[in-house]
Amino acid sequence: MLLDSLLSIITFVPLIGAAILALFLRGDDAPARRNAKYVALAATCTSLLASLILLAAFDPEETGFQFVEEGEWILGLTYKMGVDGLSVLFVMLTTFLMPITILACWDVTHRVKEYMISFLVLETLMLGVFCALDLVLFYLFFEGGLIPMFLIIGIWGGKDRIYAAFKFFLYTFLGSVLMLVAMIAMYVDAGTTDIVALLGHNFGSETMEIMGFHVLGGFQTLLWLAFFASFAVKMPMWPVHTWLPDAHVQAPTAGSVILAAVLLKMGGYGFLRFSIPMFPVASSLLADFVLWLSAIAIVYTSLVALMQEDIKKLIAYSSVAHMGFVTAGIFSANQQGVDGAIFQMLSHGFISGALFLCVGVVYDRMHTREIDAYGGLVNRMPIYAAVFMLFTMANVGLPGTSGFVGEFLTLVGMYQANTWVCAVAATGVILSAAYALWLYRRVVMGELVKESLRSITDMNRREQAIFAPLVVMTILLGVYPSLVTDIVGPSVGALLDGYGEAVAQYGGTTQVAQHGGH
Amino acid sequence: MESIILFAPLLGALLCGFGWRIMGETAAQSVSTALLFIACALSWIVFLGFDGEPRFTHVLPWIESGSLATDWAIRLDRLTAIMLVVITTVSALVHLYSFGYMAHDENFDEEKESYRPRFFAYLSFFTFAMLMLVTADNLAQMFFGWEGVGLASYLLIGFYFRKPSANAAAIKAFIVNRVGDFGFALGIFALFFMVDSISFTDVFAAAPELAEREVTFLWTTWPAIELVCFLLFVGAMGKSAQFILHTWLPDAMEGPTPVSALIHAATMVTAGVFLVCRMSPLMEFADWTQSFIVYIGAITAFFAATVGLVQNDIKRVIAYSTCSQLGYMFVAAGVGVYSVAMFHLFTHAFFKGMLFLGAGSVITRMHHEQDMRNYGGLRTKMPYTFWAMMIGTLAITGVGIPLTGIGFAGFLSKDAVIESTFAGGTDAASFAFVALVVAAAFTSFYSWRLLFMTFYGEPRGDMHAHAHVHESPASMVAPLGALALGAVFAGMVWYKPFFGSEQRVEEWFGIAKGEDHAQVLMMGAAHAADEQDDSSGEDHDAGEAALPGQGAIYMAPDNHVLHDAHYVPVWVKLSPFFAMLIGFALAFLFYVRRTDLPAKLAASQAPLYQFLLNKWYFDELYEHALVRPAKAVGRFLWRRGDLGAIDGILNGVAMGVVPFFTRLAGRAQSGYIFTYAFWMVLGILVFITWMTIAGGR
Repeated sequence: MLLDSLLSIITFVPLIGAAILALFLRGDDAPARRNAKYVALAATCTSLLASLILLAAFDPEETGFQFVEEGEWILGLTYKMGVDGLSVLFVMLTTFLMPITILACWDVTHRVKEYMISFLVLETLMLGVFCALDLVLFYLFFEGGLIPMFLIIGIWGGKDRIYAAFKFFLYTFLGSVLMLVAMIAMYVDAGTTDIVALLGHNFGSETMEIMGFHVLGGFQTLLWLAFFASFAVKMPMWPVHTWLPDAHVQAPTAGSVILAAVLLKMGGYGFLRFSIPMFPVASSLLADFVLWLSAIAIVYTSLVALMQEDIKKLIAYSSVAHMGFVTAGIFSANQQGVDGAIFQMLSHGFISGALFLCVGVVYDRMHTREIDAYGGLVNRMPIYAAVFMLFTMANVGLPGTSGFVGEFLTLVGMYQANTWVCAVAATGVILSAAYALWLYRRVVMGELVKESLRSITDMNRREQAIFAPLVVMTILLGVYPSLVTDIVGPSVGALLDGYGEAVAQYGGTTQVAQHGGH
Repeated sequence: MESIILFAPLLGALLCGFGWRIMGETAAQSVSTALLFIACALSWIVFLGFDGEPRFTHVLPWIESGSLATDWAIRLDRLTAIMLVVITTVSALVHLYSFGYMAHDENFDEEKESYRPRFFAYLSFFTFAMLMLVTADNLAQMFFGWEGVGLASYLLIGFYFRKPSANAAAIKAFIVNRVGDFGFALGIFALFFMVDSISFTDVFAAAPELAEREVTFLWTTWPAIELVCFLLFVGAMGKSAQFILHTWLPDAMEGPTPVSALIHAATMVTAGVFLVCRMSPLMEFADWTQSFIVYIGAITAFFAATVGLVQNDIKRVIAYSTCSQLGYMFVAAGVGVYSVAMFHLFTHAFFKGMLFLGAGSVITRMHHEQDMRNYGGLRTKMPYTFWAMMIGTLAITGVGIPLTGIGFAGFLSKDAVIESTFAGGTDAASFAFVALVVAAAFTSFYSWRLLFMTFYGEPRGDMHAHAHVHESPASMVAPLGALALGAVFAGMVWYKPFFGSEQRVEEWFGIAKGEDHAQVLMMGAAHAADEQDDSSGEDHDAGEAALPGQGAIYMAPDNHVLHDAHYVPVWVKLSPFFAMLIGFALAFLFYVRRTDLPAKLAASQAPLYQFLLNKWYFDELYEHALVRPAKAVGRFLWRRGDLGAIDGILNGVAMGVVPFFTRLAGRAQSGYIFTYAFWMVLGILVFITWMTIAGGR
């Protein structure tokens, strides 16, 4: 019974927590705020515990969907949830990070109840994205996630929060509209919104003629492009990444953590769930396009990161560069590339989350993100310096941290797909060292000369407790990555088998068509 | 046993780094040092008792993805055994030495700051990473060690974190090494692409096949083996500070001197040489890359020696000397006598480690003065240090009795390098031979110059400092004595297995020489067929002809350089000796007899002097050609690209929507936001409803 509805429990426990807060918690005095936080913490922890049961009961060798729940829903829609090797670890990532996020906003005093509600609703929506097996359900979760995030930036954000919130919203929403149209077209074509059924459906790939253009891959290509518009913005990929630095800079610390750690992964997950398996022909036709965008993203945003004057912006650009490895890995379309992409997404969840928390630690004390306002923190904050060092090194992909495994595998994958892309992307490894170490030097190293920093205090117990699980995960996954690849591997293998077959078949038919033409 | 050697330093690092608050600083330092001495003792047992047959210990699976499977594993063969003793011996002694050296440090507030446990923890961590590097049985694990030592180096160069110069040097070291790692990583990817494995056993077995293959990389096709070897060598160039990627090493002297001795002289910087030797089964088939290695090595040996001639900072002189000696090792590896490269690596670790520790002894007693122009006359005040430095100098300059095999360690190994180079016979080798002999003269000059300026003549500079100079404590002098043993005897004791006797070399490194090339290729093919039946792939019949990957190093059947090196003309054997004498005589003349001469010469040859003093202007070149353009491009892409073009287009496309909202922001209260959110939800619901109703139902 528990296992039968486990995914729903994991997904909706936070929403129940939010409902409790909304309905029963009154007042805005100190006890009420404290209660709000504890309810939120309890809800997220319950969800985490439930997801641990999920992980324990999950069978990695089974490549199909597991824990499938299906039922009637409102408006004649179907409610269908399930996880496979591609998605189960994203569920884990989300449930793992949420209690940390809640703890990270323990000192917030402005509209605490609403803040907690926003995060709890956001968690439900994020989990829903990774569990949904119905197109409409997926879309609802996928787009719904915009709203709480929009609120978190717009209400609890920094000075220019409105501009950032709307930029975030516009960018992501414009992409979504196209995806919605594509989903309707898929429904019309396949007659179902069931993702499992859609995965088995063969979308047409005959060359189409549209306004005088020969569109290779036909219908698939159109659908692929529409989905791409949405996922590329979410990733974000160059050149539609400029919302991210603004959103990060304006978002409160906890918002940044969730944005970088989980929300960015929805794009990558989308590519794996929709683009590659449902539109394999279009994916293979457009793979080089994505690979090159990714390679450009890595070099471009790394160089831009080098020159940033705002700590958060620098880390945001660094995130874009790291997501470049993800997209390139996915569209390398081989085991190492895709394994690496998933690994990189998970690892980036821990590392970037921790880096934004690192910024939060000093922001809470000094209320500025200017790099120039800092310097010599190690003199007063040795623990902070050590933690920040660890995650800086993880960010530059030092072997022994999880950051290395993701980069290494994706690059191995890229090399097999396109050596140019691999070589260009690999320069990102040099550039990331440059911007990350330079940042560290300017913030942490040197004499402590600034008067304002004289009395800054080191991380307190709560802050140390927040970082502890992230430190453990970063090193554990770096030393023993099989924890992830064992779970992901079989599903990725199945995904690529299907992809390979479809592409080979297409290659065969086009050759036949060409011969027929002669 | 290997596992204990490997993990003892890690345990030491963890206990010392995290446990010192509980057990106290001195106890923490002692624990890490004691563990290192245990590792050292075990290493010598392994080294002396090792039979030449490679053996493997599996620890844990590491990165596994599809056909890519890498393990945490320990490969023990002769190369590893040699490196084990080098690393653990120097490391243990440096730990001991650091008790004295780090006892008082004016960079830190002794009352409040516990810098010593941090220092010892870093040293132990470095040792662990370096051991991981040399015990790796696959390229990924080697890369772990490779980057791990890079991290340790970064942390230790920047140990004086308040000094801007130290921070800059630390970052420079890391980034320049990353440039090398870029090549190394691509080499690994290329190997995996072609061989479908990155474990040494599989890669070496595939070498003959790779030699026949062409592969597309970037714009054109390359001989597969050359591509792989070249890319891997780029990694070696970074780590071993070879010409073009050498600029970080002199700056790395910002770190405390024990660090310079351990990391930037004896161990880490030799990792590149180790890599080339480790990859000998591939390198043997890559003639072009081998020539390239010889050229780069020879240029580095010469270039660094010229710069060393005029430097005044005692540590920088030794740093350039290290750079130059690494060039010697690469030349030896490049001409195909890997055992000689390892020989020089082995002896160099002892005498160069000792020179650095001796310099450190002088530096601490002189209140952290490093300019040799402010030394002088220290011979009687620091007798032990003086004699240690004297032995080190005799060793590095190559003093010995020609044609007898009796001499200091450097005499035997350096002469072995030079004779092998002459025997190499190619254009590259001829060039290298001349460069190395000239560099030998320079080496002798700057080494004696250092000794004369420091210990002879009248005290110069701050007389207050000179007045208080006395010998360093026992914890610092004892390691000097231990290393002195190595500097004197290491060459003579191990001359035969490294170079002197071909038969001993083959036994020692587990090389079984084959008959001719074609046969080996045939065997290779047969071997590949065997592999399909028997996937273990490790145990071949030892009686067969040599296959790449058997034993610790591989020398192709047509590689007779080691043999020929024993029959070079007598003048070749004598040339380094005379080069050494010339260098000594000039140094004696300039710095003991006529101390006015150096200044006059510098004045009369001002452009040349400045050119050398400024290290051939490499730092300036890189600053203007690389660092500044990178920053300018970054700024341009940000301002013009992101903020100008992309956001500009976005704003245009949205027809001023964003500015409109920005205007709205002035009035917007949180309440408005909720209203917008409400409309968003409503919008999405309308979309979905429409879709379900109109979508074909």
